[in-house]
Amino acid sequence: MRRIITATVQNRSGVLNRVTGLLQRRQFNIESISVGPTETEGISKMTLVVDVEDSQKLEQVTKQLNKQIDVLKVSDITDKAIVARELALIKVAGGGQLRSEIKGIIEPFRASIIDVSKDSLAIQVTGKPEKIEALIELLRPYGIKELSRTGLTAFLRGQQPQVTEMNSYSLLK
Amino acid sequence: MNVEAALAIQTSTAPKTGADLLIKSLIEEGVELLFGYPGGAVLPIYDAIYRARDEIKHILFRHEQGSIHAAEGYARITGKPGVVIATSGPGATNLVTGIADAMMDSLPLVIFTGQVATSVIGTDAFQESDIMAITTPITKHNYQVRSAGDLPRIVKEAFHIASTGRPGPVVIDIPKDISAGEIDDSDLKSDFFLPGYQPTTKPNPLQIKKLAEALSKSRKPVLLAGAGVLHAKASEELRNFAEKHSLPVVTTLLGLGSFPAESPLSLGMGGMHGTYTANMALYECDLLINIGARFDDRLTGNLKHFAPNAKVAHIDIDPAEIGKVVITHIPIVSDAKEALCELSSQSVEPLVHHEWMEKLEQNKLQFPLWYKNNDSDMCPQWLMRAIHQATNGDAVITTDVGQHQMWAAQYYQFSEPHRWVTSGGLGTMGFGFPAAIGAQIASPESKVIAIVGDAGFQMTLQELSVVHELKLPIKIIIVNNGALGMVRQWQETFYENRYSHSVLQSQPDFSMLAESYQVRGIKVTSQEELLSVLPDVMAYDGPVLMDCRVLQQENVYPMIAPGKGLHEMIGVKE
Repeated sequence: MRRIITATVQNRSGVLNRVTGLLQRRQFNIESISVGPTETEGISKMTLVVDVEDSQKLEQVTKQLNKQIDVLKVSDITDKAIVARELALIKVAGGGQLRSEIKGIIEPFRASIIDVSKDSLAIQVTGKPEKIEALIELLRPYGIKELSRTGLTAFLRGQQPQVTEMNSYSLLK
Repeated sequence: MNVEAALAIQTSTAPKTGADLLIKSLIEEGVELLFGYPGGAVLPIYDAIYRARDEIKHILFRHEQGSIHAAEGYARITGKPGVVIATSGPGATNLVTGIADAMMDSLPLVIFTGQVATSVIGTDAFQESDIMAITTPITKHNYQVRSAGDLPRIVKEAFHIASTGRPGPVVIDIPKDISAGEIDDSDLKSDFFLPGYQPTTKPNPLQIKKLAEALSKSRKPVLLAGAGVLHAKASEELRNFAEKHSLPVVTTLLGLGSFPAESPLSLGMGGMHGTYTANMALYECDLLINIGARFDDRLTGNLKHFAPNAKVAHIDIDPAEIGKVVITHIPIVSDAKEALCELSSQSVEPLVHHEWMEKLEQNKLQFPLWYKNNDSDMCPQWLMRAIHQATNGDAVITTDVGQHQMWAAQYYQFSEPHRWVTSGGLGTMGFGFPAAIGAQIASPESKVIAIVGDAGFQMTLQELSVVHELKLPIKIIIVNNGALGMVRQWQETFYENRYSHSVLQSQPDFSMLAESYQVRGIKVTSQEELLSVLPDVMAYDGPVLMDCRVLQQENVYPMIAPGKGLHEMIGVKE
């Protein structure tokens, strides 16, 4: 199953290496990982999308991450009310009249053209991974020359539904 | 100014270099002893060690691996972090086996490695290795010092991390320009705050209550005691708890000594080469209370058949161990001592488990550990008993890994904690002898016996120099079967006697080898000979190496074959 896990970490050298190394060593597959500073100086946040077999494995991922000295907090936010976004840059072959055709395609996605050259254009799109996938599929027939994705970043919505099923793996379960 | 005054100023002045500051921090941490080996990148540190020679002792080993295994032995006996120093590159990489060993067996170590100067890090400089990346998966934490001013804080953090919670090794990598650079330490602070490291040591009262309730209802309870009991120094609490409710106790390999082997409640060691009674108790129990063991695969055998009908309670200070391999019904994250104290204060209805206890007692009588003895040849199991007898069961025993280790575990009946030093999780050959050096230093009054195999001993035997130099009265007993015994046994059992590279074609004369290191060496080939020299050897006030020629074909039994369950032991006494 695919889970979105966030880890708040102290921004010290080696912490990214420690986190990715441990996921690899314990045979957890990382689909994507994005890291960046937070509102607090010296604190960074990682958003990991991992593919795990079952809830026991998932519990291990979070516990092993938590065990690291520089990791402050680990949350599996998959089942919470969250905002999750990814950014993709897509370079598509196309000049002349194709340009306006592509423009028509990307418009409903609220994507934008950020670079134009004689025979290609670069599109920037932000959204949930599924939306990005959808746009990529639509653009594929035009010839995608280059594709670069940031990986997912996410956090909890300001308000959580009153009754949440505690679908997490507390020790007490 | 006269000479005396000048000298006084020289010795009383504040630290001058990063290295001096480091040594000062170590002294403040209460470190009395360093296990190490010098080299280019740690020359400034060794110069500071020279300056501080009256305050801190350093032992020079003959290989970095020897120094770190000795530090592990020291840590195992004292519970205090062993402190290791090695140079960059090969010095640091030679420590890797010991670091991994300490990580697996939760031993507190603080390891300092030299590093090339910051200006050349990343340029493949002479003796440069990326020891941070190399040791990340095998350390509890690691640091590279970027500014000498951080040293006091980093040292303090490292000792705290290494010795609290679940202990483990911490590496501090120090570039040469940091240790050599001058520093004004007048306003340096060593305060630290580790928000991401707050180990839970007190148990959740609700969970304790749940466990007490489960115990009240249990008809077939069993306690499993691991090294966590020893780390928490909770042997007494364990004994009180077991005796209060008359609970049978199985110990793990590393938990030996946490519960007295001679107690009627002791079922012995569990696992691959454990006793039939211990393994059947784990298999048939209806309540398994694991205290400070991590359900290692050598203990559990095939997980499908591990305690299939039991409610499992697991007390561990490391939450990640709970539920890792065995589904746990009552998880308790806690220090073993705290949990046992809380448990003992709970009211538990008198257990109705006499049938269970009778069955276990019957198993003990019917299926004890056994071996075929004859009066002439030296049977390794007999040898272990002879050592036990000659030391009144009160020696500190260190071992390597393999057959001799299992025989020592089976036949040296530990009645006290902190007498057993072995490499469990990593299974490191070459561990036993240097570990004995650390154990003897940690406990000068104890009789320390290194029980090693002839193959493993040859991996770290160069430390005989250290034994002679320090006049450590260690007794080295080589259980010499001329083979990599455990490999040979598996090839006999599972590979149809194809002894591929497990029988040693050439060997040194170990007693002569010892003599060349100026250590007394004795070769023993029969039971009679052994019995005649043993009292003298044990009474001798210096190191002795005994080359004991034992039967090559002897195998360790009983055994759970790989992939089999606890109830499928082979080689049980018929």
